[in-house]
Amino acid sequence: MSQLLLFNVFNGLIVGAFYALMALGLSLILNLSGVINFAHGGFLAIGAYLAYTLMPHIGFWGALVVAPFLTAAIGLAVERVLIRRLYGRDPLYSLLLTFGLAYIFEDGTRYIWGAQSVPFPIPEMLTTPLSTEMFFLTGYRIFMVVLVAAAVGALFYILNRTRLGIRIRAGTLDLETVSVLGVNVRILRNLNFGLGIYLAGLAGVLAAGMLGLSPTIGTSLIMPSFVAIIVGGLGSLPGTLLGGLLIGVASGITTVYFPSATEAIMYVMMGAVLLIRPSGLLGEEGRIQ
Amino acid sequence: MNGLNKQTSNAIVWLILLTMPYWMGAVGGYTELASRVLVLGLAAMALNFLLGFTGVLSFGHAAYFGLGAYGTAMTIKYLAPSTPLAILIGVIVGTIAAALIGALIVKRRGTYFAMVTIAFGQVFYFIAFRWNEVTGGDDGLTGWHRQIINLGLTKIDIMGNDKAFYYMVLVVFAIAVGLMALLLRSPFGRTLIAIRENEQRARFLGIAVEQHIWLAFVISCLFVSLAGTLYALLNNFTDPRALRWDLSGNFVIMAVLGGMRSFWGPLVGAAIFVVLQDYVSSQTENWMSFIGLFFVLVVLFFPRGVLGIIKRKVTQ
Repeated sequence: MSQLLLFNVFNGLIVGAFYALMALGLSLILNLSGVINFAHGGFLAIGAYLAYTLMPHIGFWGALVVAPFLTAAIGLAVERVLIRRLYGRDPLYSLLLTFGLAYIFEDGTRYIWGAQSVPFPIPEMLTTPLSTEMFFLTGYRIFMVVLVAAAVGALFYILNRTRLGIRIRAGTLDLETVSVLGVNVRILRNLNFGLGIYLAGLAGVLAAGMLGLSPTIGTSLIMPSFVAIIVGGLGSLPGTLLGGLLIGVASGITTVYFPSATEAIMYVMMGAVLLIRPSGLLGEEGRIQ
Repeated sequence: MNGLNKQTSNAIVWLILLTMPYWMGAVGGYTELASRVLVLGLAAMALNFLLGFTGVLSFGHAAYFGLGAYGTAMTIKYLAPSTPLAILIGVIVGTIAAALIGALIVKRRGTYFAMVTIAFGQVFYFIAFRWNEVTGGDDGLTGWHRQIINLGLTKIDIMGNDKAFYYMVLVVFAIAVGLMALLLRSPFGRTLIAIRENEQRARFLGIAVEQHIWLAFVISCLFVSLAGTLYALLNNFTDPRALRWDLSGNFVIMAVLGGMRSFWGPLVGAAIFVVLQDYVSSQTENWMSFIGLFFVLVVLFFPRGVLGIIKRKVTQ
């Protein structure tokens, strides 16, 4: 029993890491531009399928490096052509637009790569379990946790130590002042969007290796990401990270005792957080309404 | 628009709705499609009570729509074969859920409110999806049928007669829409519009903004779950897709497409959306892309909606 529990906690931690990676990208875009990117799951799926297509040519490691960047490039283009037009308008419109994009992406991946799920081969050195007792500790799972941790670390380094990151954080607080100080806000928002989509693409490649690859992979991960943001606190990136891991572990544990409530537990947590601490675990009251 | 115009447009709308089953066939439709326009039109108008008239962005209304649908289906299947009772229970279930969730989220605004409604919108989907024994899971709830309505003196055969069912839906629709119009004209409705226009000023005038928004949310969800009960009766079936996020988005696009600022707008939007979806999905497997493209085009080129544009032309 305890091994089963441990297995599910660890599983939950990994799934939670995906939620967190998705949710961090969503949060970045939401905080700076006020856009709820419903198409985020679609970008994730694109990242995963791009990796799938590239892999025969450049191998798993090459695809892991290249696919997220290609996804980010698509993100930059989408922001420039479509989403940019809607800044400053009622959030309703950007929400509807990205909602439409989510439809198009899901259907587009189905059209190009087929509706059936496809196998996503990962290198053999990563698939062998590390020990027979801890059968679930395959190299790939450890590798994923390490890579997600590295990606999150790099993100926080960028936000705290580089000029771009500092400008993004400043813009989140007061975009007008940042603009007056001579920062090109249009480029800033564009790059910020690309950064968020990069994280989605990376999450896509990793998720494909674990969950398999089908056109609905994005939609199944995006809803928990919304929950993660609300549980962690809107406007707080550490909160988003914490929220993602928490709901992942919680649904992992619930799988053991009450499997039919695996998803529902997240919403119970969200309800409890909204009731007890409406601004979220690490959110600040009034930062973002 | 002045009073005379309003009366004419009301008359036109009711005339179209009253005669729809008789000319739907001639223009390539069918009676069931007409019923679907009415049902989804009611859902979009109910959403617009909140979206257009209170100015609160809810993106999770399918949850209450689906609760109404499941409430109705399960009542007929497990409890008692009575259509009116099934509708009543469906509406009660949806409204209670809305009252509870509404209390949790009523202090949030704008994008935050939208986020929370999106997230909460999925909870019942997962429950319906997972709880196989009771809800039928992904396959949906089958093995039940809408029942003949027994009025004592006479019986209405909505079971076998599509037109009779259409007119039953129309009666329910008329009552619901009439109630919403009355509410919007009342001091309560005027207060909602005041909150939409300037929440801060409304607050300074001593209006209890949170209570008003909560009540508007509950009323809106009450009518959405009513639409959901009719939807289940229309299909003699319900499945988790009646609760899913994409349906919530479709309600919003119907309201925007028709015109959020006008009373009949969402009905017009629903009619266009339903007919378009019916046509496109019969022509191509990739109908999702077309609907998605449609969303993008509406946002970029018709943000005011059909009736919004007409209204503007008239006043100019």
